[in-house]
Amino acid sequence: MTAEAWPLWEVFVRASRGLSHVHVGSLHAPDEELAVRNARDLYTRRGEGVSIWVVRSDLITASDPDAKDAFFTAPEGKNFRHATYYTAAEGVKHL
Amino acid sequence: MTTTTEAPTDTDGRARFDQLIASDSRVEPRDWMPDDYRRTLIRQMSQHAHSEIIGMQPEANWITRAPSLKRKAILMAKVQDEAGHGLYLYSATETLGITRDELTEQLLSGRAKYSSIFNYPTLSWADIGAIGWLVDGAAICNQVPLCRCSYAPYGRAMVRICKEESFHQRQGFEILLTLMRGTPEQQRMAQDAVNRWYWPSLMMFGPPDGDSPNSARSMAWKIKRFSNDDLRQRFVAMLVPQAEALGVTLPDPELRWNEERQAYDLGPIDWSELQEVIAGRGVCNAQRLQRRREAHEDGRWVREAAAAYAEKQRSARETAEAVA
Repeated sequence: MTAEAWPLWEVFVRASRGLSHVHVGSLHAPDEELAVRNARDLYTRRGEGVSIWVVRSDLITASDPDAKDAFFTAPEGKNFRHATYYTAAEGVKHL
Repeated sequence: MTTTTEAPTDTDGRARFDQLIASDSRVEPRDWMPDDYRRTLIRQMSQHAHSEIIGMQPEANWITRAPSLKRKAILMAKVQDEAGHGLYLYSATETLGITRDELTEQLLSGRAKYSSIFNYPTLSWADIGAIGWLVDGAAICNQVPLCRCSYAPYGRAMVRICKEESFHQRQGFEILLTLMRGTPEQQRMAQDAVNRWYWPSLMMFGPPDGDSPNSARSMAWKIKRFSNDDLRQRFVAMLVPQAEALGVTLPDPELRWNEERQAYDLGPIDWSELQEVIAGRGVCNAQRLQRRREAHEDGRWVREAAAAYAEKQRSARETAEAVA
């Protein structure tokens, strides 16, 4: 690893206790410890978070963006999976 | 990042790209995109990143001489923000397939351009106010529409940047207002800074629409949402009442409201001056690049030490794992 080519890290920040970590961006750093420190300086200068995750970008496996149709169509036509599908109970409270 | 299946053919990709643009949706890094779209974005986004990095210099020039501890702390926070903006934009640019090293090399070698506004000197403390009010104000006008740029990582970076820029603009306005409420000498200082920064800030929007060959294409791609002249008009309309609130005069004797057009008429802009600065003959071009090269060289030992430490930790961990 040369000093010029530090690996890329993806940064996730938890805005406050009780919320999920959310992806905020990426940065370069030589190791995980400095990645966390750099993320603190870069992404939480105004109290944006209480916790930071970093993960090396090359360790993420992603679904194919172009396979959207084939990969994500399964729920289509299955709107009975949503509460709004059931209308017979209209007007009944606490349902 | 690894992908689990193969990329589609160009024809499928182009149809999908055209459809994303037409429906005002966003293009993500691994979507197919035309080579020209990619090249245009790499150029625009990297120039933008370089501008943020070089933009640290004219302001850093006043950190040690800011009039109070509070002003020093504010200015340091602002310069730190500029570094942050540069880094958000560099990583967004890298999603297009160019490395950070290439981007850095383009800046240091002088091949890359950055905003000419940062090649003007900051002569007095009032310049820090004028930069915040005028330069950051112009930047906000340019950047707010970029939050809706068709290239998603650029848009996301811009959302973050715009939030922080509004602090920059307000602190600049406040510096000028403080000076304008001060002694006659302080008032002259504020007016002098406004006189020097007004025209260059108007030029930040780029050449008039008629002379901006790439604008139409960028607008068709929804990278750019408004033309240079439209944004410039919007900026001036914003400035006029703010200048009144400050009590400064905008240095354009021909500036007046045109009832018929419902817009301000501006005096002629001296584009030859901008051309000189772009061509590298501005007051500070050489100095800015020299300073950036020095900073890069001066930081080399830190980068090397950090890399060596990371390597040492990694091999120590491996040894420990092998023993266990």
